[in-house]
Amino acid sequence: MTDAPLDPHQRTSIIRDSLGVGVATGAYGVGFGAVSVASGLSVAQTCALSFFVFTGASQFALVGVIAAGGAPISGALTAMLLGTRNTLYGLRLAPLLAWTGWRRALAAQVLIDESTAMSVTRETTRAARLGFLTTGISVFVLWNLATLAGAVAGNAIGDPRTYGLDAAVGAAFLALLWPRLTTRRNQLVAAAAAAVALATVPVVPAGVPVLAAAAVALLAGVLTKDEPR
Amino acid sequence: MIWVAVGLTAIGCYLLKLAGLSVPPRVLERPLVERVADYIPVALLAALIAVQVFSRGHSLAIDARALGLGVAVVLLVLRAPFLVVVFGAALAAALVRLV
Repeated sequence: MTDAPLDPHQRTSIIRDSLGVGVATGAYGVGFGAVSVASGLSVAQTCALSFFVFTGASQFALVGVIAAGGAPISGALTAMLLGTRNTLYGLRLAPLLAWTGWRRALAAQVLIDESTAMSVTRETTRAARLGFLTTGISVFVLWNLATLAGAVAGNAIGDPRTYGLDAAVGAAFLALLWPRLTTRRNQLVAAAAAAVALATVPVVPAGVPVLAAAAVALLAGVLTKDEPR
Repeated sequence: MIWVAVGLTAIGCYLLKLAGLSVPPRVLERPLVERVADYIPVALLAALIAVQVFSRGHSLAIDARALGLGVAVVLLVLRAPFLVVVFGAALAAALVRLV
């Protein structure tokens, strides 16, 4: 891996692409803010999630389980299970970003889907760090501002069901799932997981059906041999 | 109780991120772990959709939320942006409740 300085053209192009991703992704925060207060969380709890958890799918999962009447702890477990993919992103990025100490500790907070996507393909540490930080920080700032805006607006409008915001939660999950449904295996895993969840709804405490569906992922991992992609 | 869950989720999700940047790759980079890690988001998101849209308390239900999900599918097939999908589904559910 070389570590030559970036030429200005490459630098500009990385920053432009990363800011574009940051703006597009940060704007989703409006949806999260609105859905979260509709699920019964306060504006402060909603903003704390975006600031301290800062990984969209996990945040939606926590508020989704609470909206369905589940125990908050079940929601936290579901959120953490979804957060495991950031660990794998970190494994791939660690040798490329090559940070240690407090820099690594700070960088970890903005280790998400988008910052990974905008850095994992770079050929030098400088380029990877630039893509990672520009994307991570711009998403972080905009995601938090948008969350506050969505939560305040959602809080102001009264009963969320009148506006169909309870239906927005399922749509948000589907939009997150959609890009992964391109392979037959993922489609089967999704269908089986949904079936397990619905079959267990009548018999176990709320929140547990989603955790039970994680067993489908375990089973599918054990049963399949080669790469799932 | 919600604050406890928020705190646990924040600590857990941060440590999961930090672990990836800190743990030697050979500890976690095994084919089985990678496959399961790829399947977990698919399984959990599908289960969350199912529970969120088709259940109410401990019973299964088909109501305005299902129509919202149908509208979301159409919008995703049409490659609409995330916010359009989310608020399109909400709008559809709100309209059908007015009728």
